[in-house]
Amino acid sequence: MPDITREEVAHLADLARIDLSDAELDHLAPQLAVILDSVKSINEVAADDVPPTSHALPLTNVFRADVVRPGLTAEEALAGAPEVEQQRFSVPRILGEEA
Amino acid sequence: MSSDLTRRTAAELADALAAGETTSVEITSAYLDRIAAVDGDVHAFLHVDAEGALAAAREADERRAAGSVRSALDGVPVAVKDVLTIKGLPTTCGSKILEGWVPPYDATVVARLREAGLPILGKTNMDEFAMGSSTEHSAYGPTHNPWDLDRIPGGSGGGSAAAVAAFEAPLAIGTDTGGSIRQPGAVTGTVGVKPTFGGVSRFGLVAMANSLDQAGPVTRTVLDSALLHEVIGGYDPQDSTSIDQPLPALVAAARQGASGDMSGVRVGVIKELGGDGYQAGVRARFDEAVQLLVEAGAEVVEVSCPSFVHALAAYYLIMPSEASSNLAKFDAMRYGLRVLPDGVENPSAEEVMRATRDAGFGDEVKRRIILGTYALSSGYYDAYYGQAQKVRTLISRDFAAAFEQADVLVSPTAPTTAFRIGEKLDDPVAMYLNDIATIPANLAGVPGISLPSGLADEDGLPAGFQILAPALADDRLYRVGAALETLLTTRWGGPLLAQAPELKEVSA
Repeated sequence: MPDITREEVAHLADLARIDLSDAELDHLAPQLAVILDSVKSINEVAADDVPPTSHALPLTNVFRADVVRPGLTAEEALAGAPEVEQQRFSVPRILGEEA
Repeated sequence: MSSDLTRRTAAELADALAAGETTSVEITSAYLDRIAAVDGDVHAFLHVDAEGALAAAREADERRAAGSVRSALDGVPVAVKDVLTIKGLPTTCGSKILEGWVPPYDATVVARLREAGLPILGKTNMDEFAMGSSTEHSAYGPTHNPWDLDRIPGGSGGGSAAAVAAFEAPLAIGTDTGGSIRQPGAVTGTVGVKPTFGGVSRFGLVAMANSLDQAGPVTRTVLDSALLHEVIGGYDPQDSTSIDQPLPALVAAARQGASGDMSGVRVGVIKELGGDGYQAGVRARFDEAVQLLVEAGAEVVEVSCPSFVHALAAYYLIMPSEASSNLAKFDAMRYGLRVLPDGVENPSAEEVMRATRDAGFGDEVKRRIILGTYALSSGYYDAYYGQAQKVRTLISRDFAAAFEQADVLVSPTAPTTAFRIGEKLDDPVAMYLNDIATIPANLAGVPGISLPSGLADEDGLPAGFQILAPALADDRLYRVGAALETLLTTRWGGPLLAQAPELKEVSA
């Protein structure tokens, strides 16, 4: 398994939508390499015939009756919004300038 | 009078209320006074709701006067880890990204506390989004261990454990994803229970890792945990992973165990969780406790769980993977922090999101998001996440085999006593090793308790004893936990916390 490079960390931060400064990259990249090194033994453990477990207890889909029940009011839902306009969440522009 | 009330257990307070010897307002005021007097040094609380707690206490007293008591703990106050939503009170999860957020709804656990009549004292400190083993990763500063204020109280629920240990609350709620209830319990000399996964609702618990997170009781005695567990546990249709079965009789199991009789109980000592890497004093107290169980009639066997050595690696792939997905919702659009990038005119939503997440998340959260993003990326998914999910199967099989030989399994809760604040802050792998003995239970979904086993000889600090039971058999934790607690407190001549140093009280 390859070591994780500073460039890869920068790429992953980009995928995760976090602006990391150069100083943060210098700090975090070597730490992530050490963490990955400590978990790489996992690759040799389980044979192909071992099924994966995704949840601790066996689950089937859970449904409820399709009936209306109380939810948040618009005011409650918007109460924590950074910016509100006309009873809606106000967000920065979504599209690029040229679009 | 007031300091006397804060030293009593929740069960004793409930009895005193029932006997008419005191009132909920007196009890709640005594705890609020204690918080005011010592929390400047301990910093267990991020938010104290004196007004709301006293209003709830007055209502509890009115109910009792009218003969309509709601639960065994009606009127006994509780503190809640700041990762559970409470309508009208701030919920930060120890993060800057949620600073000032006031949720518009109650978590199911909180709703049940209210329905049962427990006044809520406030919100307790924690590692940011429950990521850590020391509470040093809180964006609002660390919590200090009441046994030694220069040391960590464990984490992520260090605030809840310290609040209970410092007599700032008789009861608290914690959450445990890899040990965040049990490990703080161990290093603060208190009791903490991680219920069976699905045994306590996760609705309103801000998720770190959905398949691992579990809320549970943080208290000073095993019986108090059982009382609180019965209030918060049981089926909740709002959580799709909630178990649709009645809870076992937990309080009855604790009362049965309190006799100290262990005859007929088979106890398995997990070979892989001990020995090298465990502090000598932690091992010595563990061995003595096992010997006490033998003397009380338990049949003790050694069990081997060979896959447990891979639990930490599996956990540090599964947990960051789930965390990176969960924390994607903090996008600066609908709630929480919004930061505009420097020097960008008319920034896009994506640029705002990047700047906000950089400013709002701390180092440990960034590490785990990036690690999770890596483990889930194409090309690595099978090698990391897929393998970790397989290891989880192996660990469950080890538990199943071990529970063929024993009714409960035991180990030290944490490999060491409380370390000094700052000692492991920038060494993530050293920090992660704190949870080596607690993680297997989360991966398999089985319940676990930690209770104090005594003080380590090297440093005079508390060590923890962990008991694990099969899924849905949470009552066994209380039966065996209460028995061991009786045996140990008899030997100590009182609770371990009576040996903790007195904290300096600041007059309000």
